[in-house]
Amino acid sequence: MNLQVLNRQRQDGRTRLAIADCDIHPSPKSLEVEIYPYLSQRWQKHLETYGMIYRQGFPTGPAFPKGQPDAARRDAYPPGGGRPGSDLDFMREQHLDPNNVQLGILNPLRSGQGLQNGDLAAAYCRAVNEWQIEEWTSREPRLKASVMVNYEDAVSSVAEIDRLAGNPDFVQVLLLSRTAEPLGQRRYWPIYEAACRAGLPVAVHAFGYGGSPVTGGGWPSYYIEEMVGHASNSQSLLASMVFEGVFEKYPTLRLILVEAGFAWLPALAWRMDRAWNRMRDEVPHVTRPPSELVREHVWLTTQPMEEPEHRADLLDIFDWIGRDRLLFATDYPHWDYDDPAHALPVRLGAEDREQFFLGNARRLYGLD
Amino acid sequence: MAATAGAIDCDIHPSVPGIEALLPHMEPHWRDTVVQRGVHELETIAYPARAPLTARPDWRPDHGRPAADIETIRAQALDPFGTSIAICNCLYGVQLLMSEDLAAAFATAVNRWVAIELLDRDPRLRAAIVIPTQSPDLAVREIERWADDDRFVSVLMLVMDEMPLGRRFYWPIYAAAAEAGLSLCIHAGSAYKHPVTSVGWPSYLAEDYTAQAAAFHAVVTSLISEGVFAKFPDLVCVLAESGVTWLPAHLWRLTKFWRGLRAEIPWVVHTPAEIGRQHLRLTLQPFDAPTAPGLFERVMEHFGSDEMLLFSTDYPHWQFDGTAVLPDGIPAELARKIMVDNPRKAYPRLSRGGQA
Repeated sequence: MNLQVLNRQRQDGRTRLAIADCDIHPSPKSLEVEIYPYLSQRWQKHLETYGMIYRQGFPTGPAFPKGQPDAARRDAYPPGGGRPGSDLDFMREQHLDPNNVQLGILNPLRSGQGLQNGDLAAAYCRAVNEWQIEEWTSREPRLKASVMVNYEDAVSSVAEIDRLAGNPDFVQVLLLSRTAEPLGQRRYWPIYEAACRAGLPVAVHAFGYGGSPVTGGGWPSYYIEEMVGHASNSQSLLASMVFEGVFEKYPTLRLILVEAGFAWLPALAWRMDRAWNRMRDEVPHVTRPPSELVREHVWLTTQPMEEPEHRADLLDIFDWIGRDRLLFATDYPHWDYDDPAHALPVRLGAEDREQFFLGNARRLYGLD
Repeated sequence: MAATAGAIDCDIHPSVPGIEALLPHMEPHWRDTVVQRGVHELETIAYPARAPLTARPDWRPDHGRPAADIETIRAQALDPFGTSIAICNCLYGVQLLMSEDLAAAFATAVNRWVAIELLDRDPRLRAAIVIPTQSPDLAVREIERWADDDRFVSVLMLVMDEMPLGRRFYWPIYAAAAEAGLSLCIHAGSAYKHPVTSVGWPSYLAEDYTAQAAAFHAVVTSLISEGVFAKFPDLVCVLAESGVTWLPAHLWRLTKFWRGLRAEIPWVVHTPAEIGRQHLRLTLQPFDAPTAPGLFERVMEHFGSDEMLLFSTDYPHWQFDGTAVLPDGIPAELARKIMVDNPRKAYPRLSRGGQA
């Protein structure tokens, strides 16, 4: 986690271990120039008149001021202007080349997901998908896109997944984690079915606009609480998917939890096993221990990587989760970026290291 | 002799046998309210009466509620384990009510019932004070009502209430507790003022119970971030029925974010991991981990402290069978700390002799 990246001596990235970065956030330079071309006149006019309305009081974002403007690294503003993450050449120069990013997964935020107006959300997601091709994947083969869908409406989501199925630029379907209802509920199932049909994993990125307080006990005061709370939020969505039987219904479904940390997973799996053992008759459709379902169906990106006081404790967590399930991510260009040269607090053997930084992601995304 | 002989059980749950048992302990106006308005039992959806978790099969009576009278509690919770002291955390839906006055009337009635029907009748029993968290003013009044009775050793709150428990709204409660030498016991459960998860209401009890651990994550974040322990440096907070094994990873995460965001909460001057070790304690049952060789040891290493765990049976909830309440392979010295030394430190009032 860095506020600013120190001005370390720049290395030639090609001499470094190649990595996958499974959480990169691209932004448009301007909505009008880069997104509007893919929106109808009606939606352009709607946006200009009504703006973007979510289940939150401020149109620009949550009521917790972020740690940094745009939650961005201070050095990530492109020299030519625009938001952090909006300039491919600068992203190459600052991140992809020096860190030898061989595979970068684009996870656009503010992409229309969570908009209260469902038709607008669907149109906007579709526009962002076209924009990802035009501005990013067609210009940079190391980058792969996410199918953005208006996940609160399964019908439009399925249509968009079907539309892009088979397009090699897209490697996953992306949802946000703060949904209106727990993600295991049946209203979301057609999305999983369509993703499986398209052979795409479903990634769920922290944040969102479901409207419920970020804790079961109401709204906290501070941004740090919201940020830390993304882990608990991901636990609840995962418990929902397990106990509703999503993984038994869709045995080929692969779920990626993005930017919610990972060290919490073993305790959650153990807890779900206990609850399942005690209350199996409540969920007879769940025929296997939750920990087994998790082991089979769930991957996690690593940022923000937990840092135990005794660093080696993290190796226990790796082993309990399964070393093949962790996907390295930096969260570029955000302030809590994990620097690949420094973020991993423990030493791994050469093979484990390669898997952690690259191999696991290549296998998951079918790019081997 | 039981391996747990002499243990201090920090979490047992006597049941209010029925709302009529509370009527004698209410003022006439509230008694009339209950009768004339047909106030229902304050049993909650957290522990449905017949759900397996709610009562172990051999602790489930043929009729009525489990753990609802002193003879049953002696025979099931105290004698088989050789318990020296047991702390009653009475879960009755006082916190769920919308009216703070009604909640205060019920809190007083529950505490009176506990004092007369349980504490007066067995010297091994202690209790947490049930408070109307809807109103810190009235909650403080309830704490003061029992402050001179050393058999009340803590103040009871549910992990999910209307606001995160670190919020300043609740600080008068912590001031009164600290002043009286009472510990704070935060127990699994919800006032159900919000969905139990941050993504809405789940379908199954299994999810609700799983979500309790997530709620404990949030409450620890809140207590530390808001500066409760900076303000009340002597306050001990017992996290009861939380599942235990979730805490180390959560403190790692909170500590990492604290390094990046501490300017937002400048009163937090120690790492959350250190604050946790100093102020947080956890009751033993349920212990969310399989019985794999060496696992308990590894989890304890992650805590970085052997002073945080407090013995509990969680009676009559069904967490284990027979008397197999201690984790497999626990070293004898650690067992003794968990059963006796740690509880004594966590509840200063246990050393006062337990006089009414």
